[in-house]
Amino acid sequence: MKKRDLILTLVSLILLFVFVYFADAYLDSYKVRILNLCAIYVILALSMNLVNGFTGLFSLGHAGFMAVGAYTTALLTMPPLVKAQNFFMAPLIKPLDSITLPFLPALLIAGVLSALVGFLIGAPALRLKGDYLAIATLGFAEIIRVIFTNTQSLTNGALGLKGIPVTTNLWWSFGIAVITVILIGSLINSSFGRALKAIREDEIAAESMGINIFRHKVLSFTIGAFFAGIGGGLLGNLLGTVDPLMFRFFLTFNILLIIILGGMGSITGSIISAFIITIAGEALRFLDESITIGSLYVPGIPGLRMVVFSALLMVVVLFFRQGIMGTNEFTWDKLFDRLQKKPAAGGGSN
Amino acid sequence: MSLGTFLQHLANGISLGSLYALVAIGYTMVYGILRLINFAHGDIFMMGTYFAFYGIAVFTLPWYLSFLLAIVLTGILGMMLEAGAYRPLRDAPKISILISAIGASFLLENLAVVIFGGRPKAFPTPRVLTDVVHIGSISIQNLTFVIPVVTIGLLIALLYLVHNTKAGMAMRAVAKDYETAAIMGVNVNKVISLTFCIGSMLAAVGGIMWGLKFPQIIPLLGVMPGLKAFIAAVIGGIGDIKGAVIGGFVLGIGEIMLVAFLPELTGYRDAFAFVLLILILLFRPTGILGEKIAEKV
Repeated sequence: MKKRDLILTLVSLILLFVFVYFADAYLDSYKVRILNLCAIYVILALSMNLVNGFTGLFSLGHAGFMAVGAYTTALLTMPPLVKAQNFFMAPLIKPLDSITLPFLPALLIAGVLSALVGFLIGAPALRLKGDYLAIATLGFAEIIRVIFTNTQSLTNGALGLKGIPVTTNLWWSFGIAVITVILIGSLINSSFGRALKAIREDEIAAESMGINIFRHKVLSFTIGAFFAGIGGGLLGNLLGTVDPLMFRFFLTFNILLIIILGGMGSITGSIISAFIITIAGEALRFLDESITIGSLYVPGIPGLRMVVFSALLMVVVLFFRQGIMGTNEFTWDKLFDRLQKKPAAGGGSN
Repeated sequence: MSLGTFLQHLANGISLGSLYALVAIGYTMVYGILRLINFAHGDIFMMGTYFAFYGIAVFTLPWYLSFLLAIVLTGILGMMLEAGAYRPLRDAPKISILISAIGASFLLENLAVVIFGGRPKAFPTPRVLTDVVHIGSISIQNLTFVIPVVTIGLLIALLYLVHNTKAGMAMRAVAKDYETAAIMGVNVNKVISLTFCIGSMLAAVGGIMWGLKFPQIIPLLGVMPGLKAFIAAVIGGIGDIKGAVIGGFVLGIGEIMLVAFLPELTGYRDAFAFVLLILILLFRPTGILGEKIAEKV
């Protein structure tokens, strides 16, 4: 990295943290929550993009990994008293019922556990390709959800967990999002990342170049699951409550949309689009509520928001197939070229 | 477990399996031709149920007329779905089409919530079908017999259509190689449209019978049966109509038997299909009737 770029990056990071500081102090709780969600979706989108966009695996199991992460973090951070209140149908198994960990170790354990589940699922499922892989991973996510609904003494079943300490704040979510961007960014640009892209472009050619396809796929899948688990943990401790219904296919679909809109195979795209989709989803909320303009009263139509949202996404898929960024990334060089009105050099290289 | 109870479970399994089979045929036909998982198929199935509901409950049509109208409307809806969400992406990368399919599925679900309302509705069931017959110690609704009979009848009609008519030949040609078929003068768009129409009409029949069997309908009712029917199609060997029917029966009977023999696993009922799917995919990746596909290098 050039010295100029390093300085510029550091300056932007400082600006970001100044922004977080002021947002934390002055914005109302609704806006803070949306910003938190944006940052969490950045983490989730990057973890999914690593698998789907960069490695070219079509995996639809994200919600399952998030569920593992969210439940683990929640169970590890809840105080014993709250646990006892939650588990009135069947007591929580030992020793989980009496331990409480700080947020960071809990998150890391959640990530590792998700990664482990990812590895166990990935090892058999990654023998499949394309649609079959998609449907098998979707199946695994559903199985995880069904198990969580039925293991009363571990997850409290369909009742879910309530009273999870709301630890996630802007510092946590933005901090971890920045770390995720840096980690996944350097991973993509390492020789490991180049191997992943080779697998995406042409599996057979990659194999004949000596890349161990299976190992790379499983590793990418496992790393993706790790970050998905962390994202899930942040989400659970932001909302203060989790239940198995949260982790339906719709959640996976939401993240998939973010990476499609941003461009499969672009970190910058995922970041931009995580903010756009999260904020747009909130901004469209007015469609569900009744509006009074002067003497004109428009009754709200519950559900219209989701109709408009899905229709907009169909438009994106049908007419902007490359998404916002395609496979391009933001670099300082391109920004300066743009500013000096020179045509961008380099193009699609990451 | 007595023989009577076993037979009763078997009858239930067969009738549930027939419903999965009807929906699975739609998946398998579309997959055979476009190599696409039509994620919105489960929602087409749901729409068919609602059309029939509105025919009877709101427009007070006689039930047979309402069912017929619902089947036709669902067929048209299927063709509209193809023209709107899939045709523009015919040459796009596969992932775009799959995402478009998922998008279409959510659009249909949310439209249904807005148009039909999110509250469950009671599906009106004609007396003829809900009457109970007693055979020895077991008592079975007429419906339990009607469903498999209708399914087998439609399957025979469909196999005749695919193997003995000109339209069927065109469908097989497009499934084999659509570029060549187009060169040979087959109107590919028309064939694909027809495929969606037939698949959706079968889904509507399935949906109506689902409504009769489980007479409480909600806009999300297509999601689980849709996924399971797709799994049935994969288990049978996707692309193969007979395979879809076999898969449907395996899944339906398996699910009912799981609950009957191991009642403590009732909560895991929905996971059964997925576990079976993953096992089948691992040991026989192309399904029971599927052929081995060689990897092109």
